[in-house]
Amino acid sequence: MLNGNSLAQIGKQQFSGLLRYMAMLALALLVFALVLLIFGKNPAQAYADIFSSTIGSAYGLSEVLVKVIPLVLCALAVLLPARIGLVNVGGEGQLYMGALLATWGALAVGDSLPAVIGIPLMIILGFVGGGLWAAIPAFLRAKGWLNETISTLLLNYVAVLWVNFFVFGPFKDPESANFPQSVLFADSVRLPFIGSSRVHFGLVLGLIALVVLYFVLKKTRWGYEMRAIGGNPEAARRHGLPITRYILVTMFIAGGLAGLAGMGEVMAIQGRLRPGFSPGYGYMGFLISWLALHNPLGVVVMSFLIAIIALGGDTLQITQGMPFSSVNVLMSLILFIVLGKFFNNMSFGWPKWEAK
Amino acid sequence: MTTSFIEGVLTGSIQSSTSVLYAALGEVVVERAGVINLGVEGTMLMGAVTGFMVTAQTGSALLGVVAGGLAAGVFNLILAYLVVTRKANQLASGLALMFFGLGLSALIGKPYVGQLVHGLDALPIPFLADLPVIGRILFNHDILIYLMVPLAALVWWVLFRTKWGLSLRAVGENKVVAFAAGLKPELLQYQAVFIGGVLAGLGGAHLSLAFAQSWSEGMTSGRGFIAVALVIFAAWHPFRAVAAALLFGGALALQLQLQARGANISPFLLDMIPYLLTLGVLLFVQKGRKRAMPEGLKAVFEGTN
Repeated sequence: MLNGNSLAQIGKQQFSGLLRYMAMLALALLVFALVLLIFGKNPAQAYADIFSSTIGSAYGLSEVLVKVIPLVLCALAVLLPARIGLVNVGGEGQLYMGALLATWGALAVGDSLPAVIGIPLMIILGFVGGGLWAAIPAFLRAKGWLNETISTLLLNYVAVLWVNFFVFGPFKDPESANFPQSVLFADSVRLPFIGSSRVHFGLVLGLIALVVLYFVLKKTRWGYEMRAIGGNPEAARRHGLPITRYILVTMFIAGGLAGLAGMGEVMAIQGRLRPGFSPGYGYMGFLISWLALHNPLGVVVMSFLIAIIALGGDTLQITQGMPFSSVNVLMSLILFIVLGKFFNNMSFGWPKWEAK
Repeated sequence: MTTSFIEGVLTGSIQSSTSVLYAALGEVVVERAGVINLGVEGTMLMGAVTGFMVTAQTGSALLGVVAGGLAAGVFNLILAYLVVTRKANQLASGLALMFFGLGLSALIGKPYVGQLVHGLDALPIPFLADLPVIGRILFNHDILIYLMVPLAALVWWVLFRTKWGLSLRAVGENKVVAFAAGLKPELLQYQAVFIGGVLAGLGGAHLSLAFAQSWSEGMTSGRGFIAVALVIFAAWHPFRAVAAALLFGGALALQLQLQARGANISPFLLDMIPYLLTLGVLLFVQKGRKRAMPEGLKAVFEGTN
């Protein structure tokens, strides 16, 4: 039972955890500043650019949210299987397959459906597309044939190629001779935007996923059994837990979440299917989930951080003439520092009851 | 099927398997020591960009190759520090290393995008290169290609016939026992990760200095990941890694040849072949492979480390 004292305790833990993450972030920013100096850039200017283009303005903040949506969904796609000891590195491929199946649906129905049916249909197709793609490695793992780490990784490349195949082939807009892309989707299947920003309905989907997962993992028998399987699969098997079913269902849902991320990108942001529309959201989601120690609340915080950095990459490309992927350096510096547990002597925590 | 088609496929498979094989041989060494580097992609890119830059500056491709290997070896020490000294999660650290290599190589390589250099020359072997067909397929390559099989033999010899190799494998099976037996597990793992980096860097340098003769951001396009998969496919054995890499290269070369001849197959479907082939073969041979996996890696794959 929670009483006043333990609540205060949790508050304190979260505060010191926050402090520690701030210290790690500061160190990473410092090192990246040195890198920028070495390459003859002005770090103060670079950071000012990143700040003003992201959290420094209402527009910037809304653009950060736009990136947070796929990142949270892709991180949850890693978090959920991690609870039963599975390593899903396939978020990127699942994202692409969700987008692909939704695109197929959108092109098939055109503008024949009202939005109240069209939009839910896209959501379902996005979820199923990603889910089925994740079900392949899940099935192979459940049968004991193939470890999911390698298979999810390899299937990422295959998924991207499938999207290319369709965008350059059957789904290509004949009007756009030089640009491989599908036609613009009908308004009745496109996810609505919130206000005049580019923040779209995917945010609601992400929030629902977050709340439901948090509740299921913490409060239900399923969550309890998943912890049991993750903790000791052999004991769980002897207790008669349906491990095969858990592997299949968990991976399907995880893939579905990543699929929703992909669906959101094409059905809201892009409005059409284009090759290479994800700048690696799936891989970033993997790292976010690990950074957050597979904690749903931590995933939200880390997604914001990574979203700011990714958006900052666009900015630096324009203002400093640096290649987009140079912010990968900053991102990986943060990862190195967090993964290497460099601040472990400071008292730490996302609240303990959530840590695996 | 003309001779020139078959010749094109065979020559192509040797050429396009080189970078993957170097990386895979390096990864064999790393994984035999109980460490998995999922970030080979980043390591290769560091080798590719360093090799290219040094060649562009000095005009010597050979110097570029050496520099690429060394730079990638040093780069890999980041991983060693994280997973050996700081006991960080290996898969996440590897992915982080991939992002780091991707970003850093893009940053330092930017001024070199679009430049051309005089890369590694083909060194036709006297007499043998003049043999019909066979000569062009086997005996008209650059130095790194000639060294593929000798290198695999060397890795095999070191791993299975030297005391150092025995120690390394002992560490990969069980660090605690190895330590109790008087070995220095952490030092050995550092050495293995460094060597793995050097070899992956040579692979990357072959990509930028011989295969493409240019540098572009992210030019490894998944070869690092393929190398990781090939190592499992090859059951952590250097000679099987050669066969596996040639198979991969063959699929790639077949696809290029078919495209060049205007075969009416989407290039994207053909591009899937290497990945599906790897998956299929992994699936097919999985049972025997489980026994071959170094014990120390199992915890990583089970997600408990």
